[in-house]
Amino acid sequence: MLALRTSAVLAAAALAIAAAPVHAQDEKKEIEKYQKMLAEGSPVELFELEGADLWKKKQGPKNESLEKCDLGMGPGVLKGAYAHLPRYFADTGRVMDLESRLVHCMVTLQGRDYKEATKRVFGNADKPSELEYLAAYVVGKSRGVKIAVSTRNPKAKAAYELGRQLFHYRAGPWDFSCASCHGVAGKRIRMQSLPLLDKPSGARRTYATWPAYRVSNSQMKTFQWRLNDCYRQMRFPEPTFGSDATVALTMFLAVTANGEPYDGPGTKR
Amino acid sequence: MKSKSVHLLLGGLAAALLAAQLAYADPTLLEVRAVMHRDFHARGQAVMSRVDQDDVQYLCTITRDKPPAHRVKEMEAAQLAMIRYPADGNYIGDWKRGAKIASSGKGMTWKEKPGQNRGGGCYNCHQLSPKQESYGTIGPSLKHYAKVRPGIEGQKYVYGKIYDSKAFNLCTQMPRFGTSHSLTEQDIKDVTAYLLDPASPVNQ
Amino acid sequence: MPGPMKIRATLKGSYTDIRVLMSHPMETGLRKAQGKLVPAHFIENITVKVNGKTVVKAQTSQAISRNPVFAFRVKGGNKGDMVEIGWVDNKGESNKTEAAVA
Repeated sequence: MLALRTSAVLAAAALAIAAAPVHAQDEKKEIEKYQKMLAEGSPVELFELEGADLWKKKQGPKNESLEKCDLGMGPGVLKGAYAHLPRYFADTGRVMDLESRLVHCMVTLQGRDYKEATKRVFGNADKPSELEYLAAYVVGKSRGVKIAVSTRNPKAKAAYELGRQLFHYRAGPWDFSCASCHGVAGKRIRMQSLPLLDKPSGARRTYATWPAYRVSNSQMKTFQWRLNDCYRQMRFPEPTFGSDATVALTMFLAVTANGEPYDGPGTKR
Repeated sequence: MKSKSVHLLLGGLAAALLAAQLAYADPTLLEVRAVMHRDFHARGQAVMSRVDQDDVQYLCTITRDKPPAHRVKEMEAAQLAMIRYPADGNYIGDWKRGAKIASSGKGMTWKEKPGQNRGGGCYNCHQLSPKQESYGTIGPSLKHYAKVRPGIEGQKYVYGKIYDSKAFNLCTQMPRFGTSHSLTEQDIKDVTAYLLDPASPVNQ
Repeated sequence: MPGPMKIRATLKGSYTDIRVLMSHPMETGLRKAQGKLVPAHFIENITVKVNGKTVVKAQTSQAISRNPVFAFRVKGGNKGDMVEIGWVDNKGESNKTEAAVA
C-alpha cells in the first residue's frame, strides 16, 4: 500500500515538473545548487559551539547556568525540544516560543532582570547576541526531529487562530499583510523566491530551516528577528520582542509546518 | 437555575454562529487590532495608527482579497476621488529620476526619517526594463509598457494607478503611493515617465 | 580570545576528507563602520597536521569570508588518526584544535 501511494505521488510530481516551463526549471535548479553550496560552507556549527558554552556558563545574580532550563520536555532536556515549540507552559500560563522561554529561564534561573536580558536581542556580525548563540545551540538539538507543535491546549489553539488572523491582517501605509508576499506560490521579490507560508507545501521547508545563518551579512538570525524584519519591510510599527502577537504568528507557521523533520539552524543567502 | 439560563442563552448564540460563517469562531479584526496595539510599539515614523485599518484594508482582510462586487464599485470610486492629478495637467516627469525611484525598495520604514529614501520598490514585484534581470513576479511584467498604455489616456491611468492603485483594483497588493504620502507628485510623474517615455529603457 | 573552531575528518576509503570551520572576522581593512576604516584583521597561515606530521601549509588573504570553512582531501589515513589544524592571523593571534578521523 505504501509503495503504491509513493508511486502515485511520484507520478503527480513528474506531471508537475513536465508542466513547468523549462526555463524556470533551470533557474530553480541553479538556485538550488547555489543553496547547497551555501550550506556546505556554512559556519552555523560555530554558533552552536558558542551557544553550548553560553548554556553552561554561570551568570546573573544567582550565578547559575541555563542547564536546568525547561523548554517543555523537562528541565535541561534539549533533544527535540525546539520541534515542539511554541507550546503552552503551565508555570507561566502562557504560550511561549523558544526566545521568550529562554529569557524566562534567564530571569527565573539566573535571577536576571527582564530588561537586561532583552536589552540586545538582535546582534550583528561583529557581535552576535546571546540569544542568537543560544538559539543556534538549542535548535541544533532538534535536527532530524519531526516538527510536532500541539494546539490541544485551548491557549495554544487560541494563539494559532490569532496567528492566522495576524498573517492576513492588511494595514500600514502600503496595505501589506504577511500574505501579500507569502500567500501565493511561485512568486518572488527581485530574485528571492517567496515561500507560500499559510500552506504546508511552502511552510514546512522554510520553517524547518529557521533560525538561520545569513551568508550575505554573516549573521545568525533568530525567528523573532525574521518576524521583526518582515514587519519593518511591511512598514508596520515594531513588534515587541517575545510578545503574544509574535508568538501567535510563530505558532501559526509552526503548526502549518508540522510533520517536517527539523533541519536547522539553516543557511540562507 | 441561573447557570441553566446562561447555558440556554449560549446554546442560542452557538446556533446563530453556526448558521453564519465558520470564520466567526476566529478572533474578530477588532480583537486583532487591539492585540497589535498592545504588542507592537511605535518606532520612528512607524507610528501606531499604522495598524488601524481603513475601509479598504478591512474589507480586503475579511474577504481574503475577494471583495463582493456590490462593494467594489462604490469603494473604488471613493479611492478614485482621493487621487490628486497634477494641476498643470502634465503627467510625465524625468524618466532617469523615475528609474532610481523604481529600483529603490526603501522608504517609510522605522529605520528611515519621514520623506527619506523615497522608493517605489517597483522592481520588487514587476519586470520593467528588459535589461534589468533582477525583478519580482508578484505583479505583471511592465516591459514595453508604452505599447500597452499609449497616449495621454495612458499617462493619466499610470499616474493614477501609482497614486492610488486601489481605485482600479480594490484589493491589489500594490501600495497607494500618493494617498499614503510615500511618493510626491514629482516622484510619481518621474515614475510615470520611466514607464511611458519612449526614451526610457522600459520601452527600448 | 578567538572563537571556536570545528574539524570534521571522515575516512572515505583511500583518502580522508577534512573540513574545518573557523570563527574569525576576516576584516579586509577596506570596510568602513561609522565613517572609519575597520583595521585589517585576517588569517594569514593555516597548518594541517595528521598524527603530528604537517600535510598542508596554506597562506591566506583578505579575500576570504568571515567565519571561513576550508576543506582538504588527504591521501590515505585511518580511523582514529589525529587531525590538528591551527591558524595565525596578521595580528599574531592564533588558535588550534584537533579531532580524530571518523
